[in-house]
Amino acid sequence: MKLHEYQSKQIFAEYGVPIPRGQVAMTAIEARSITEELGGMAVIKAQVLVGGRGKAGGIRLVHSPEEAEEVAGQVLAMEIKGLPVRRVLVDEAADIQNEIYLGVTNDRSRRCPVVIASAEGGVDIEEVARSQPDKIVRIWIDPLLGLRDYQVRHLAVSIELPRKYWRSLHTITRSLYQAYLNSDATLAEINPLVITGDERLLALDGKMVLDDNGLIRHAELAEMRDIDSEEPVEREARKYGLSYVKLGGNIGCMVNGAGLAMATMDVIHLFGGAPANFLDIGGGASADKVSAAIQIILRDPNVEAVLFNIFGGITRGDEVARGILNALKEMPTEIPMVVRLVGTNEEEGRQLLHDAKMETAVSLGDAAQKAIEAAKARKEA
Amino acid sequence: MSILVDTNTRLLVQGITGREGLFHTSRMVEYGTHVVAGVTPQKGGEWVLDGKIPVFDTVRSAVEATGANTAVSFVPARFAADSILEAADAGVELIIAITEGIPVRDMMQARRYLDQTGARLIGPNCPGLLSPGEAKVGIIPGHIAIKGNVGVVSRSGTLTYEVLHALKQRGIGVSTCVGIGGDPVNGTSFVDTLELFEADPNTEKIVLIGEIGGSDEERAAEYISERMTKPVVAFIAGRTAPPGKRMGHAGAIVEGGEGTAEEKIKALEGAGVKISDQPESIPDLL
Repeated sequence: MKLHEYQSKQIFAEYGVPIPRGQVAMTAIEARSITEELGGMAVIKAQVLVGGRGKAGGIRLVHSPEEAEEVAGQVLAMEIKGLPVRRVLVDEAADIQNEIYLGVTNDRSRRCPVVIASAEGGVDIEEVARSQPDKIVRIWIDPLLGLRDYQVRHLAVSIELPRKYWRSLHTITRSLYQAYLNSDATLAEINPLVITGDERLLALDGKMVLDDNGLIRHAELAEMRDIDSEEPVEREARKYGLSYVKLGGNIGCMVNGAGLAMATMDVIHLFGGAPANFLDIGGGASADKVSAAIQIILRDPNVEAVLFNIFGGITRGDEVARGILNALKEMPTEIPMVVRLVGTNEEEGRQLLHDAKMETAVSLGDAAQKAIEAAKARKEA
Repeated sequence: MSILVDTNTRLLVQGITGREGLFHTSRMVEYGTHVVAGVTPQKGGEWVLDGKIPVFDTVRSAVEATGANTAVSFVPARFAADSILEAADAGVELIIAITEGIPVRDMMQARRYLDQTGARLIGPNCPGLLSPGEAKVGIIPGHIAIKGNVGVVSRSGTLTYEVLHALKQRGIGVSTCVGIGGDPVNGTSFVDTLELFEADPNTEKIVLIGEIGGSDEERAAEYISERMTKPVVAFIAGRTAPPGKRMGHAGAIVEGGEGTAEEKIKALEGAGVKISDQPESIPDLL
C-alpha cells in the first residue's frame, strides 16, 4: 500500500526527520491561508500516488497568497495519469544548495533491509542506478543487529558529504530506518534530501510503501489508504477476501489459487484470447464466495464470457458445482460460462453442471478454447 | 523413496486446536503420517482427535515428551514467526509454515535466526510436503499423487495439485512434492530443494513450477546448468501478468522490470530445462 507524500513526511517527522513547514489543503482557499501563514511564498504539490507529478505540472512555486489560491485551484482540477488530484501539500519554499537521495527498502534476494544513498538526488533513482551505478551506495542491514553507526559514516563518506552535515545525516538515517521498521514499510524514501542555504538538511519529498501483510498490526496506517488510487472493483473484491486484478481482455476468469489463476490467464492467451482479469477465490468454492466473484467479474463491461477453473482438492468437485449453480440461480446472466472442474469427485461435479445445461471442459486448454469461442459468438450475435 | 518427510517423520502440529489445524491434522493422520503431538498455548493437557493426540503448551515440552522431529505451523499470521522461532529453539530440525500473510519484516528476522541454528524452514505461505505413500505434512490433498520417482517443487498451491493430478492421470508417480511457498522471503529456495533431489537416489526427474517475482528461478537455472545431472522440466506462471501488480501471492510481482516470466523462462531454457507452456502438458515432457 502506497502512502502520499504528506502522509509519508508526517511519519518521517514523527521519528525526527526535519521536513519543511507546511500543511495539506483540499481547497484553493485553504491553500491561500496556509501560504499566508508560511509568509507568502510556498510550493503547491499535487498529492497523487503516481510518479512524474512535476513534469505533469503538479508541482508549482507561488509568490503570494493570491497566486497560491489561483494555482491551487488549477492543480486541484487536474488529473495526473488518470488520477484526480484531491489534495495539495502547501510547503514553505526551500533554498536548495544540493540534492541527495536517501532511502530504505527490502532487498528480496539478500532477505534484509538495504539503505541506499546517492549524491545525485532529486531525480529518478532507478535511472541513476542504470546510467551512473557508481553514484549509488548501498549498505545492507542485518535484521537482527539493525542499523549501526559505522554504516552511516560509510554512507556519509561515500557520497562525499561535508563533515559538518554528518551528525544531521546520522539522525536522519536512523529516524528514517526506524520509521521504515516500525511501520512495516517495504520502502521509505527521501528524494531529495536537500542541503539548504542556511546549512541544514531537509527532507523535501517523501515516499512510503507499506507491506500489506504488516497492516494487521497497524490499524492507523491501514486507514490512510487512498481509495482513488485503485480500481473500485479491486477494493470491492478485497472486502470479500478475493484477490482481483483488472487486465483489459474479454474473458473473465474465476480460479481457486493464485498460481493456477495466473496459469489460467496464460493458457487463455496461448490460445489467442485475452483474459479480462486475475481472480483468486482462495481455497474451496462456497456459494457466497462464488456469487461475490461472479458479481465482480461481470461488473467489467468488457467481459463476454467467463471461465471457471477450479481444482477440487479438499473441497469436492460436486460441492464446487453446487456452489456455482446456487450462485447463478440468484444471479441469472446472459454471459456464457464455461466450467472446468478437476480433482476430487470431478465426474460427479461435471454431471451436475451438465444436467443444468452448463458448458463444461476437462482440460484447461479445451476450457480456454470454448470460452474464447463463446465470447466470439456473443460479439457477433 | 523421498526427501524431507517419510515414515520416520514424527510430526508436531502448532496451532492444532484451531479450525484449520484440527481439520488438516485429521487428514494427515488418515494419510498415515505419524502425528505425535500438538501445541496450543493455554491448552496443554488436552487431547484432540478422540484422545489420540496430546496437546502441549510449548514446543519444548512437546518435543521432550514425544520426540517430535518435524513441526508444521497453522498459527495465525500475527504470531506465526514466533511459532517458527519457538520450534527452532526447541531443536526441531524441519519446520513447515503453512500460514499466509506473515509480515515480511518478521520473516527476514526469522530466516536470519534460522540460518544460525541447524533448522530448515519450508514456506511460509505454502501447501507443505507430500511423500506419496509415506507422509503428508501440510494441506496437499493426499490422494492426488502416487508414489514414484519424479520430484516436484513449486511456489504455488492449487497449481501444484493440478500438476500432481496430471501426473497421476498418466500413471507417473512422485518421490516428494515440496511447496516452498509464495512469499518474497521464505525458508527454502528452489536451489535448496534441487540439491536434495539431486542427492536423492529415488528421484530421477524433477518438475519445477515457478512464477513471476524475485529471482529464485534464475538462480535455480544457474545451479541446474552447473551442478545437476538429472533432467528438469518447468512451468512458469504469469507470462500475461501486468508489471507492478501483485498477483495474489505476496511474492508474485514484477518490480522495476525485474522478475518477469520471460527472463525466468530464458534463464531456464539456457540451462537445458524443457519449458511447458501449459501445466497439463508437463507429463508429455517427462
